[in-house]
Amino acid sequence: MEYKLDGNAAAGILQAIFPFEMTMAQITCTGCGTTMAMGATAAYMHGMGTVLRCPISDTVLIRVAHIRGRYFLDMRGVRVLQISEEG
Amino acid sequence: MERRTLLGRLTWQLGEVVATRPETPRTKSITLALPNWMGHRAGQHVDVRLTAEDGYQAERSYSIASPPEEQPRVTLTVERLDDGEVSPYLTDELRVGDRLELRGPIGGYFVWEMPVGGPLLLVAGGSGIVPLMAMLRHRAAIGSTVPTRLLYSSRSLEDIIYHEELRRLDEANLMLEVVHTLTRAQPDGWTGYARRIDADMLREVAWPADQHPLVFICGPTPFVETAAASLVTLGCEPAHIKTERFGPTGER
Amino acid sequence: MSEGFIARGFRSRRKPGDESGRLPPGQYLERGFPVLSAGPTQHTPLANWSFSIVGEVNQPKVWSWEEFHALPRETVTKDIHCVTKWSKFDTHWQGVSLDTLLAQVTTAAKYVIAFSDGGYTTNLPLDEVTGGQAWVVDTYEGQPLEPQHGGPARLLVPHLYFWKSAKWVRGLRLVAEDEPGFWESLGYNNHGDPWKEERYWGD
Repeated sequence: MEYKLDGNAAAGILQAIFPFEMTMAQITCTGCGTTMAMGATAAYMHGMGTVLRCPISDTVLIRVAHIRGRYFLDMRGVRVLQISEEG
Repeated sequence: MERRTLLGRLTWQLGEVVATRPETPRTKSITLALPNWMGHRAGQHVDVRLTAEDGYQAERSYSIASPPEEQPRVTLTVERLDDGEVSPYLTDELRVGDRLELRGPIGGYFVWEMPVGGPLLLVAGGSGIVPLMAMLRHRAAIGSTVPTRLLYSSRSLEDIIYHEELRRLDEANLMLEVVHTLTRAQPDGWTGYARRIDADMLREVAWPADQHPLVFICGPTPFVETAAASLVTLGCEPAHIKTERFGPTGER
Repeated sequence: MSEGFIARGFRSRRKPGDESGRLPPGQYLERGFPVLSAGPTQHTPLANWSFSIVGEVNQPKVWSWEEFHALPRETVTKDIHCVTKWSKFDTHWQGVSLDTLLAQVTTAAKYVIAFSDGGYTTNLPLDEVTGGQAWVVDTYEGQPLEPQHGGPARLLVPHLYFWKSAKWVRGLRLVAEDEPGFWESLGYNNHGDPWKEERYWGD
């Protein structure tokens, strides 16, 4: 039983934080160095938070929790995040 | 075609149900009037949130079935999952005049619009047809003749969502071909595919790899993974395949 | 979760007054066994499986699957409580008590970090995983623990929120200084006592 979804599924919470089209943001993985669109990552919509993983290396790229009106964001797995103003 | 930029962070908004319409025994379309809607692109989805009186909340994502041309009306098509938390509420309880909380549109990655081009291969499993239908409706609305094939897997004839509309689009001969496969039950005289999708079926239906088709696959996770893997072995470039998994049970 | 629009006719899953006294504050009774997934389901072959106790110990200790199964086992029946608000009563497990495992090492450490296949970690005070409070379990309801629920073996620490019962556990690292684990570093309470509703930072 696999619970992996596409990065699109996590866009709702990321776009509640960042005022940009986040599925097109480019993410470089610290684990394997691959750069990919956020929409191409593997999203795990765990009940406690959202986890985005690299589809190549499974490295945790981004973790987000939304707790009592506060967002907790860990992006240590992202070497660099590129967000276009144009979407 | 104007490019839309987000004007701010996504926030929850309320829509009013203006119409509901059963599509198949298990699916229903719900049309909402959304006063604060900024428009959307074909293939995007919304997050729906239900709150009970004691504060309990459930949230699920649903693809938008309507094309951008129908804004500020937005239609969702929901499949009722028996053990679902949100879908039975949407299909059985929600009625015209009710309000529904949602945020969106979400998901520029899984979008088709004219600049994206083609030829297009759309592969749908069950309710995975919904975002692909938005793409087909948008394609028809703009009069596009991008060569397009839809391979649509359903359990039986009565489970085909938008069956009549797809037949009309197919017959209008606008470079669109619709191929059905019925996996559990077929009507008498059925000459179409009668099994789950596999590499052989995709080899027969898909554009040849040397035409560099763009592929959108949507449906339950195992369906999406089988289709994507098969297309890659048939020579399709992974970068040209976009997927939208609905999860193991189909409810995201 | 923030406030939201109350949807007409939407029924909460919470049923007030279930099982007097057994439900911690804010929880509801769940009949199923939800799977919460932060990564791919792990499928470690038993031939590759081991459980280790490492870190601030006199000598690290490792058990293979066979050695683990040669240890004294216990059957326990416990209520479990997830921070996402579902609770499940009378879950039945079999496995090895952490007392049995930790008896094999000497340590002055105060904390343990449980680590799992797939990279998950969770932190606990050593005195909360000893004295009959924690197990490494491989059998659920009489059957081998399924991978989606953490099999072949997971940690079971039922007196704390269930995120502390690490799925796919492979060992404990004993440390002098506490280190927040996967969820503890992302807003979730360092301790996690459901009876004091210690769900998040600041609780």
